[in-house]
Amino acid sequence: MSDQDLTVSVENLRKTFKGPDGGEVAAIDGISMSVRAGELTALVGPDGAGKTTLMRMMAGLLKPDAGSLSVLGIDVAADPQSVQDRISYMPQRFGLYEDLSVQENLDLYADLHGVPEGERKQRFTRMLEMTDMARFTERPAGKLSGGMKQKLGLACTLVRSPDLLLLDEPSVGVDPLSRRDLWTIVQQLIDDEKLSVIVSTAYMDEAERCAQVFVMNKGKLLAEGAPDELKKRARGLTFTATTPDGMPARELQARLIDAPDFIVDAVPKGGNVSFIRQQDADEARIGELLRDAESEPRDEELEDAFMMMLRQHEAQDGEAAAKPATDKAAPEPRRNEDKPVIVVRDLVRKFGDFTAVASTSFDVAQGEIFGLLGPNGAGKTTTFRMLCGLLPATSGHLEVAGLNLRNARAEARGRIGYVSQKFALYGNLSVRENMEFFGGAYGLRGKALRKRVSASIEQFNLDPAAQSGILPAGYKQRLAMATGLLHEPDILFLDEPTSGIDPLARRAFWRTITSLAMSGVTIIITTHFMEEAEYCDRIAIQDAGEMLALGTPREVRKQAGDAGTDMNSAFIAIVEQGRAARDNKAKDKERAA
Amino acid sequence: MARLITYIAQVLSLIRKELLALVKDPANRTLLFAPAIMQALLFGYGATYDLTNAPYVVLDQSRSAASTELLARLDGTGVFRRVASLTSSDQIAEMIDSGDALLVIGIPSDFQQRLASGQQAPLQLILDGRNSSTAGLASAYVSSIVTAYNQSLGNTSSLTIVRRAWFNPNLESRWNIMPALIAALSMMQTLMLAALSVAREREQGTFDQLLVTPMTPLQILIGKALPSMLVGILQSTLIFLIILFWFQIPMNGSVWLLYLGLAMFTLASVGIGLSVSAVSLTMQQAMLYTFMLVMPLMLLSGLLTPVRNMPAILQVATYVNPLRFGVDLVRRVYLEGATFADVASNFVPLLAVAAVTLPLAAWLFRNRMA
Repeated sequence: MSDQDLTVSVENLRKTFKGPDGGEVAAIDGISMSVRAGELTALVGPDGAGKTTLMRMMAGLLKPDAGSLSVLGIDVAADPQSVQDRISYMPQRFGLYEDLSVQENLDLYADLHGVPEGERKQRFTRMLEMTDMARFTERPAGKLSGGMKQKLGLACTLVRSPDLLLLDEPSVGVDPLSRRDLWTIVQQLIDDEKLSVIVSTAYMDEAERCAQVFVMNKGKLLAEGAPDELKKRARGLTFTATTPDGMPARELQARLIDAPDFIVDAVPKGGNVSFIRQQDADEARIGELLRDAESEPRDEELEDAFMMMLRQHEAQDGEAAAKPATDKAAPEPRRNEDKPVIVVRDLVRKFGDFTAVASTSFDVAQGEIFGLLGPNGAGKTTTFRMLCGLLPATSGHLEVAGLNLRNARAEARGRIGYVSQKFALYGNLSVRENMEFFGGAYGLRGKALRKRVSASIEQFNLDPAAQSGILPAGYKQRLAMATGLLHEPDILFLDEPTSGIDPLARRAFWRTITSLAMSGVTIIITTHFMEEAEYCDRIAIQDAGEMLALGTPREVRKQAGDAGTDMNSAFIAIVEQGRAARDNKAKDKERAA
Repeated sequence: MARLITYIAQVLSLIRKELLALVKDPANRTLLFAPAIMQALLFGYGATYDLTNAPYVVLDQSRSAASTELLARLDGTGVFRRVASLTSSDQIAEMIDSGDALLVIGIPSDFQQRLASGQQAPLQLILDGRNSSTAGLASAYVSSIVTAYNQSLGNTSSLTIVRRAWFNPNLESRWNIMPALIAALSMMQTLMLAALSVAREREQGTFDQLLVTPMTPLQILIGKALPSMLVGILQSTLIFLIILFWFQIPMNGSVWLLYLGLAMFTLASVGIGLSVSAVSLTMQQAMLYTFMLVMPLMLLSGLLTPVRNMPAILQVATYVNPLRFGVDLVRRVYLEGATFADVASNFVPLLAVAAVTLPLAAWLFRNRMA
């Protein structure tokens, strides 16, 4: 391959940072790679793999410590400006000006990049058309939903036509619909303009669209190749286990993932459990694990290969993968289907004329895992906040743990635990101080408090003296969980707890949730990862404040009809059906009037 | 009973957390006491209306024994310092304009003749009015020297004034300003601290986590108000000690009454701070609102200029200013040795401000929409 065909060529690249404890951390630890021009290339890897650092170096925003890096044939370290003149880079948090309108943001970025007046009109029209935002040009960027902001960010990045486009996790915290739109735009650009794109992502379905995939972990390159090529690593090891009747898929999944000597990975899927066996595992032992569950081979996917590589690398590193926090003495399952712990009747919330949640009703039984799904701005956060007592309802009946939220708010709050989307504990306090404070706030004190705190610290494998603010993301999340569970609540509310954490930590997180549910804690959870809906007993899909679907994952897939092969497409189908029905209704109304 | 203990324990754990968070932040730690000490010293040395070393020039056209004696008296006070002697009246404007002299004394050529013949002998005094209070003070000094000179000449007037200033025998402005700082300086910090406390939590997302606990708004209010008050009173103590021992301004009143007043005053300040905080969504907003408040609070307090000199409408406005009553209370207790009965009327407006702002803040905790 000649240098002409390469957009990025990396040789023995290294970059170290000072860690929070003062030590050196190698963010990029001797990586060599070649990225071909005119293709879509993915960087995949868990948190702290070095994806962002690598991208920032490509964009000339960071200087490498050692090694060489050339982008579009130019040595970036020597001449960052001439590289920056020819590339476009969209960081994870794109700097939109929230008080400026969509059009003003576009104008501003066109000015910054010196796009000639003549080219602008055509480019803007194309961008607005692709992002479907022509209707919103006057709206301030701050008033857009998360997904729309991301699309506008992409449009601003692309006000000029670059030779190379760098996208850093463009789909974090973005709902499936907006995610699909984003990818449609990128694909169009590649087809029409022969653009070279490098994208970092945590979604394997996104990596699968790419021509070339680089798998990274802890600053090292684990593998590279076409998705089909990489997949082969898992060939012959992938199976589906059919869940016995009356058992939630997650309980079988928990049993499998608890045996890392035989099973590499297991996730619930379509009511059953997809798993990967260890290459040298004893057939009989796997049979024992499965008990009465049938298993049959299935086609391998990129995710399987990715999980295998990660687990292997973690094992080589000698570091135990994030262990799930499970209660050792898990009490007998106490599940009571007849007695709902959450009762919602005709719940309405309005902000001025805007109806954020329209007449919503549902029940949640004790020990159930209930998932609230919906696109950005669908009203699920509003519903969630009302359930936690953070936001008063405009009208309707709301009962939590047998207490009416209208007249027994403080008491009801004492029965729930809450883990917010963003890390919401005190960053400059230590782990123990945070836990002692929240334990105290929930009315624990003296010996009982100290005992609970110590037990939780042990259960979640935390360092009590560590400063909370500088913990790695996975540990922060564990601390938040431990804190939310200190007072042994009946109900645990989790708001997008897995957004931005890596697949291994997510497995550990869900393992913890499964064992909590088994011990009788009711879980209410919101998530953007549709495959996580498979862990739930029941899910609700909301859009524009209305409940579009409510039922078990299987029922919801059925409601989606032919499109419901997996949760992601089922979700998109249901939201689109809902939107079409709403449009029709609006048209009927117009006609009648 | 158990419920009450739990209730108090919840508040205590919030207080503990607030103090821990305050002490653990190195930036906060220096901010707590360094500015108070620095400002107290700056005010003590820098902010004074007392006249010392006032530069003056003289245009002595008389050049007589009488004029020399008068000027010797002026120089002998230590208040005035002669920077030049002029030879012609054309030079006067230049001296004043350039700011080289605060005043010009013009002695006409017939000064001694007039005195000798028992006539009125006018003296010309030209003052730099750009700083009116200093100019007024200088003119008062000059006239008292002239009166004394007159007396020495045997021109006794029928009335003489024997002046004796109570509470501040030498009328030092430091005595007037410094005790008021016990309230004023600590208020700036308490206000800022309280204003940031909820806004910081909202901005960092921790406030939701606090609101989902079973703690009631009242508990959160107490838990938030007490640490700020504690810091405010500690700062007041620091300034109090500096004034008492470093500047040696004698304290005439009861320390207990002083602290009772300070506690009430700080409570009202914290109420304002927490209301600002509960309205703000970000720390930046809280900071802006606080800066907007501090200036009018200071100006309308009587700290530097007496309230009774203000226009009637502004005097009415001072009633909602806790600093006005704080300053008055501290000054009177410190300098006058006022008793509780003397200053009781100051407690009423302070209580009223606290009674409005604190419940408002508590209501806003839950009802301010993000």
